[in-house]
Order: sequence, then structure tokens, then C-alpha cells
Amino acid sequence: MATEHVFPDTAAKNAAGEFETEKMSLSMGPSHPSTHGVLRIQLELDGEVVTKADPVIGYLHRGDEKIAENMTYNQFVPYTDRLDYLAPLANNMAYAIAVEKLAKLEVPPRCQAIRVITAELARISSHLLGLGAFGIDVGAWTVFLYSFTEREKLYKLFEELTGARFTTSYSRIGGLFRDVPEGWLERVNAFCDQFLPILDEILQLLTRNKIFMDRAAGVGIISKEDAIAYGVTGPNLRGSGIPLDLRKDKPYSGYEQYEFDVPVGATGDAYDRYLVRGEEMRQSVRIVRQAVAKFPGGPWYAENAKKIFGPRKEKILTSMEELIQNFMLVTEGPQMPAGEVYFEAENPKGALGFFIVSKGGGVPWRLKIRAPSFCNLSILPKLCVGAMISDVVSILGSLDFVMGECDR
Amino acid sequence: MSASADATVALKSRFPKASDRASLDYPALNLPPADVPAALGALRAELGFDFLADLTAVDGSMTASPRFTVIYHLYSTTAHDYVRIASDCADDAAPEMPTVTGLWPAADWHEREVYDMFGIRFAGHPDLRRILMWDGYPHFPLRKEFPLAGIDATLPDPEVVAETHASVKPAPMAGGPFVATPGRMNLGESEPRAKDESWSERREKPGQPGAI
Repeated sequence: MATEHVFPDTAAKNAAGEFETEKMSLSMGPSHPSTHGVLRIQLELDGEVVTKADPVIGYLHRGDEKIAENMTYNQFVPYTDRLDYLAPLANNMAYAIAVEKLAKLEVPPRCQAIRVITAELARISSHLLGLGAFGIDVGAWTVFLYSFTEREKLYKLFEELTGARFTTSYSRIGGLFRDVPEGWLERVNAFCDQFLPILDEILQLLTRNKIFMDRAAGVGIISKEDAIAYGVTGPNLRGSGIPLDLRKDKPYSGYEQYEFDVPVGATGDAYDRYLVRGEEMRQSVRIVRQAVAKFPGGPWYAENAKKIFGPRKEKILTSMEELIQNFMLVTEGPQMPAGEVYFEAENPKGALGFFIVSKGGGVPWRLKIRAPSFCNLSILPKLCVGAMISDVVSILGSLDFVMGECDR
Repeated sequence: MSASADATVALKSRFPKASDRASLDYPALNLPPADVPAALGALRAELGFDFLADLTAVDGSMTASPRFTVIYHLYSTTAHDYVRIASDCADDAAPEMPTVTGLWPAADWHEREVYDMFGIRFAGHPDLRRILMWDGYPHFPLRKEFPLAGIDATLPDPEVVAETHASVKPAPMAGGPFVATPGRMNLGESEPRAKDESWSERREKPGQPGAI
């Protein structure tokens, strides 16, 4: 903080005009390693202390909302991969549930359980990268290597399930791209078994690390009031001590049947946000284990929704009715009623919301994406003022944002 | 009754011009723009809807009037419920809405984004400038008349333009999003295809710039 660096005779020397300084303007990013993509912050500096910070975003703007207005609901699923590209499975699920809400369609329990498992694995994967990158930002390289080894194992599981490591496009409106392959759930369980001890090891590298604590503790404090006022969500909100979690408060996809705790921080600094993410991974493992243990049988897509979920391939090839149904679905999209719905899901980065305005038919009239990274970053001008340049790096690392989602 | 239904009833008694809005999920209200800051303030301070979850706008269509609607989604951190407030901008040509940045600093970026994408001005906003597009960009991309591919625009830096003669070109539509035109029985027409085929990589889009 600025006041800590004031010398005893500063006031007298200031009065004598000895410390007349000129403010310096520094453009941090858009290709600075700590800005995690293409964020640029226009800093105004007094010495090394930030007096003004103006984030410049939009370098990754692709017009996803415009694109959504020009294609059918299922065609937009791959675009949701590219929002928070560190947790595409969670985005796929949030988008599918939002459209299903519009269609007033309930997917079967097996589909819900698969979505929960994939979303929680995505949360672990996203938080692992968040911690690893935060570690690098403040000079702890080792964490990154450990966490990437674990992410690789998760990516193997994702690849087996969805056919892709990164851009999964797994959800469909009314179901999924496919059922879980044989033996996949056992491999998920095996991953959980070996992951917990390694997670402890990873966290031990940072939790009582003197350098890390010096860089993170007491830096970038978000008060409870500010967190609410700025619309901060996710681990950043819970780091400030507010136990809000949509999985608990407004359960979707069957989250109400799983037991898990919502970790919260005490002071709301960068260190608390790190601790919350660490604990959330343990809770995610808990949820995954429960979901695997009581994995429901039955159909894995909404069988009664013939105008929304496409028929199986073998049917298309052998039956005329299903062939026509498939043709209509592909060309005109799943038919939706007219109206407005809003749905928010608790994604790794915070509350990912979809606001859909439909005028009927297979194409949305307007699709607004409420991106958690966008809202979380809007507090940056307030957080950075009074911090040192090196603190800005810690703050950015601890906020764990993704520009693909922020800029859309 | 849910917390949000209670809140809309309370609001309707206090703001006589408020009316129910059709919604498929949460209770929703239509309000005239002048009432918006007061109504949202009451929701925030007295009715427990203290979290501005989302702020966005919808373009009704090029011919609709009122054309632009600003939509607020509020969340209650105590009752865990949402409420939707909508307000139509009075002027279709120069839409305007009072700002709510005084209630939530979160509205700052949201309102900048709505201005950037729709050209709706927020009266009283402390720093209303573009956020996703660059300063000086001449169009409002989420308006319905704006084509999906984009419109020719100059780069933000005139020095760079003078040196390179580069500009931002619209994206070619070949291979673009394939959507069928529903309700046509002619197979050739109902076949899914890119919506605007008047040009491609090989053929320039006719009538640029500002063909729309």
C-alpha cells in the first residue's frame, strides 16, 4: 500500500517542493504474461504505486452474441466451448440447460448426472490452471508443472468421453452428444483416488510458502459490500466471505442431491481466493464421487422431445420418419416457444448466465451471455489503485479470468 | 408466493405505470425509463434484490416501435431469487435510458457494453465510451440492421492507416452459418445455406461501404 512507503520527512520535503514528481503512464498488456490472454491495463503510476488503472478489453471480441442470432440452437454449442475455454464442459451444460428451460424440457437423471460429473471435472481442470498460472505470476514455477500433469489426466478422460481434449461441444439441447463409454466412470473414480494426495502436495507448495504469502496475503482486498456492488461471482465472491453458490442456492441439474461444502475466505485478499479455489477442488471430487456412486440408469437424453433432440444414427439410416425428423432438426433447428428466459450456472469462474429471447422457431432472437470474467474484471480499477505494479500481477492472477469469455 | 413475486406486487403498488411483462421463468415488470432508477433503488434497498446479475438490451426489430428495450436481471442474495425489469427506450432514433451506476458500480461496464453494441445512451453515466469495440468505431453491431459479416471500417489509428492503407474488412460468408428458411416447400430454397450469398472471397460485396 502506498502509505507504507512514506518516509518520515516526506511531508516537510513535499512542502519544500523537493519531491515534485510526474505521473507515468504504462500500458500493461495486451501481451504481458500475467494478463492471461489479451487484457490491457492502462496504468497511471506515481513511482511504483498505481494511481489509476483503466482496463482495455475487447481484443478477443468475436461477436458471439451476433453469431448466435444467426444460427440454430444446437449450432451454437461449439461457440460456448470458446467462452471460458478452460472449462468448456461447464459452459456446454449451462447453455443446454438455459435452452431446455426455454423449451420447458427436463432431461433424465442419467443425463443430469453425466453433466454434473463433467462440469465438476471441468471445475477441477479450470482451478488447476488458475492456481498454476497464479503461481507462475508470483514466481512459483513448480506448481504449474504439477497441476498440468493432473490436467493432462483429465484431458485424457475428456477425450475418451467427447472425442476432443479442449473444445468438447458435449451437450446437445435435450441431452448429450453420447452416453458415457464403458469403464469411463471407473477411470473417473481412479482419477479422484490418486488426485487428492497430489492436490494436497500441490497446495503445500503454496499455502505456507513465505514468498507466496508475501505476494498474496493482504493484496487486492475485496470487501463484502464491494463484491456485491460490482457483481463479482464465483470463487472471487466467496473469497470475500460471502457463501453464495448457485449450486446450493438455486440447484440445477440435480445438484440438490449431492453433499458438498461451500468454502469461504475471511479477508477477501488474493490469498483467500487461492485458498477457496484449493478447497473447491476437494469439494468437486466429493461431488464427482457421489455422482458416480449413485449413477442412474435409464435414458441419457430426453426421449419424448422428438422436435428437439435428434434421433439415433441407426434409426436415421433405416426409418423414413426419423430421417425427416433429423432433416427438419438440422435445417430449421429445435423448435422453441416464444418468450424470455434467464439462467445462471455456477461455473468455475463464477455465474455464467444466458438470457434468451425467442420469437419461436429454431433460432434465438437475442442471446445475451452474462460472462463472469467480464463482471469480475470490472472491479479492477478499484482494486489496483494504491497497489504496487507487482501487486497488480498478483491481483490479476488471483482473479483467475479468461478473456475469451470476457470479450465474447 | 416467491420473494420475486412479492417484490413485483410491491413495486406495482408504488409505481402505478408498472405493468406485468410476459416471462417464461421469473416475475417480470415493464417500467417507463423515468421510473427505472427509483424502482431498482427500491428493489435493492428495501426488497432485498441487492445484486445486479445482468444488464442488457434487446433490439425489437428494425420496424418495431418502441424499438430498444433495456433489460435488468436482479438477484436476491438472501431469498435466492431473480426478478426481471424491462424498460422501453422512448426514442427509436436516439435511444436513451437513465443510468443505474449510482446504485451498482457493476452497471458501469454493462451500460458501456449496451452503448457499444446498441447505441443506447445512458444519461448520467460517468464514463460512457465503447468497451469491446474501439473508440471511434462507427457502427453498433448488435442492432438488427448490422450484417453478421460486419461492415468495412477504418482502423482506429490514422497513422497506421496512412502507412498501411489497411482497413477492417467484412468476413467472407462462404461456409458461414447455415440456416434454412422455414415454411418454404421448395427444396432448393429450404436447403440450409449461408444467409447472404451476394458475395464471397472471390466477389466483393456490392455497394460497400455502408451498403445496408
